[in-house]
Amino acid sequence: MTLALLIEQLLNGIQFGVMLFLMAAGLTLVFGVMGLINLAHGSLYMIGAFLCASVALATGSFWLGLAASLAGAAAAGAVVEIVVIRRLYDRDHLDQVLATFALILIFSEGTRWVFGSFPLYLDIPQALQGAVALPGGAQYPLYRLSIIIVGVLIAIGLYLLISRTRLGMRIRAGESDREMIGALGVDIRTLYTVVFALGAALAGFAGALVGAIQSVQVGMGEPVLILAFVVIVIGGIGSIKGALIGAILVGVVDTLGRILLPELFGLFMGPSQATSVGSALASMAIYILMAVILALKPQGLFAAGAQ
Amino acid sequence: MKKLIAASLVGLGLTVSATALAEPVKVGMITTLSGGGSGLGVDVRDGFLLAAKMAGNKDLEVIVEDDARKPDLAVQIADKMIQKEKVDVLTGIIWSNLAMAVVPSAVGQGVFYLSPNAGPSMLAGKGCHENYFNVAWQNDNLHEAMGGHANSAGFKKTFILAPNYPAGKDALTGFKRFYEGDVADELYTKLGQTDYAAEIAQIRASGADSVFFFLPGGMGIAFMKQYAQSGVDIPVMGPAFSFDQGILGAVGDAALGVKNSSQWSKDIDNPANKAFVEAFKAEYDRLPSLYASQGFDTANLILSAMKKADVKDADAFRAALKDAEFDSVRGDFKFDSNQHPIQDIYVREVVKEGDVLTNKIIGIGLEDRSSAYVEDCKL
Repeated sequence: MTLALLIEQLLNGIQFGVMLFLMAAGLTLVFGVMGLINLAHGSLYMIGAFLCASVALATGSFWLGLAASLAGAAAAGAVVEIVVIRRLYDRDHLDQVLATFALILIFSEGTRWVFGSFPLYLDIPQALQGAVALPGGAQYPLYRLSIIIVGVLIAIGLYLLISRTRLGMRIRAGESDREMIGALGVDIRTLYTVVFALGAALAGFAGALVGAIQSVQVGMGEPVLILAFVVIVIGGIGSIKGALIGAILVGVVDTLGRILLPELFGLFMGPSQATSVGSALASMAIYILMAVILALKPQGLFAAGAQ
Repeated sequence: MKKLIAASLVGLGLTVSATALAEPVKVGMITTLSGGGSGLGVDVRDGFLLAAKMAGNKDLEVIVEDDARKPDLAVQIADKMIQKEKVDVLTGIIWSNLAMAVVPSAVGQGVFYLSPNAGPSMLAGKGCHENYFNVAWQNDNLHEAMGGHANSAGFKKTFILAPNYPAGKDALTGFKRFYEGDVADELYTKLGQTDYAAEIAQIRASGADSVFFFLPGGMGIAFMKQYAQSGVDIPVMGPAFSFDQGILGAVGDAALGVKNSSQWSKDIDNPANKAFVEAFKAEYDRLPSLYASQGFDTANLILSAMKKADVKDADAFRAALKDAEFDSVRGDFKFDSNQHPIQDIYVREVVKEGDVLTNKIIGIGLEDRSSAYVEDCKL
């Protein structure tokens, strides 16, 4: 394996991690602040992608589509919170899982009903087409590089929002003691709606960004959702920092595992056998990572309570 | 979510020939109409119903149900259709794993099964059955044609990849059956994977001169879009599944010029195909895909058998099916002894007609191709 290939694969891992972070950030906030398991988070991701694709198709501008995905997913999140989620805070997790699973089905079939069964077309904007040369002779797609930059900026923004602003203070307070913050006169219902909409906007944004390089189709959110749950479990539930580090860890381990494990097994078995054993093990790699981390730190790397 | 679309097709019996028998034929269609991959099932259903409507034979009754791509659900629906609805013929399944779950027990209960899409190698070889007919292809066929095409295109070092599941392994086996060059590397990806950055980096590093991939549905869309952005410029090729009409629009210009193999294309020049393409466009306001053509042919095969035999006389009906006396939209069509098609597999190229991406035939990949497993079938 050459250095150029290794650098490219590391960047791939980081880019994948940054995408997972955008999903996991909302999930971990909602779980940390409201104590709610939201399985429908993947549907918000899908909504973002569909909105971006349809607005981009209608107006010819990817950027308008991106704005629409942020606004639309936030609005969808707020509506879902007010209509459904609000009734679930006092229920146990099983009820929450059932209700949000129902939301997945409703959103999936609703989207299929509106947009049809065929995947939508969404291409990346002209300005970000093509690949750039990296030091060491590697080439890397400009769009993926932009995703990394945007993701890091959002991570910094979220960090500042939570640690430096009044809203962030309330979010942190709501995380530690939700009765007390209510008693102090903070409008907890609005706070919850805002947090949920923020998480939804991030998921929708991630969906739109990824939709441009993957396929915009019904059911696209669920595989990502599972990985996002792995990320927040590894990172520690409720922690933004944990979500970022967990996401990058999962992204890099998954990407490098897919490349290195088949090669590793190739050293001592036949090529086709090595590929199938290696690929099988690579798809387990992140779950093994999760198991190891949980064995060492049962609360995850940066559990919110331990901060 | 479970949906029952009972489409009883009533029309005026038009072409009732002298030997036609009034016994109605009840067809149960189990196909994927919701969730991921539903585009394929929708096309098969629409093609099938279009043929039924065009024939206007009121003795053909069709019940359609959605399997949501779940093997257990498909098995339940099949049992219900056989035992409660008393269907004579089952059809519609898209995915090989679902077909393996449903077909052996269904044909064992004396029902006919006509496959409009899946063609797992088991059912073409040792597991063949007198009541099982495949109207599409054996799974390996389109990949074999691409292997042949790679030779004639002068490729010497091809990088091949497919998802890590039985049909993916069949695909790469099929490709290698006729391919004479070297394999740069052989890669199995996770089924349903949507990010191929790591694989594309390996393609770049491998020094291959071409890429062959089998990534059906959304996987192929993601791969093609990411490949176009990666700066790797060696040619790609694959079976029609990643370049059919249903998903070309989502892939976009990244697919232009890609060679792919198919047993059908909308520009095959015969009257049946022209009529089919026109009628499909008029009825559904979109271009047909190969899945729609397979659904259309399946219905016409049943209709042709109905003209010759009574479905209650299983032996006669089976013989009538086997004659395959219908005008297939793909041109010449006949069954081999394992009741899988012998047909030409074409090589197509993705072109732009006006604003619409579509396929155009550029040559024949394999002529009168049967399946590699026909020897293993004891029919």
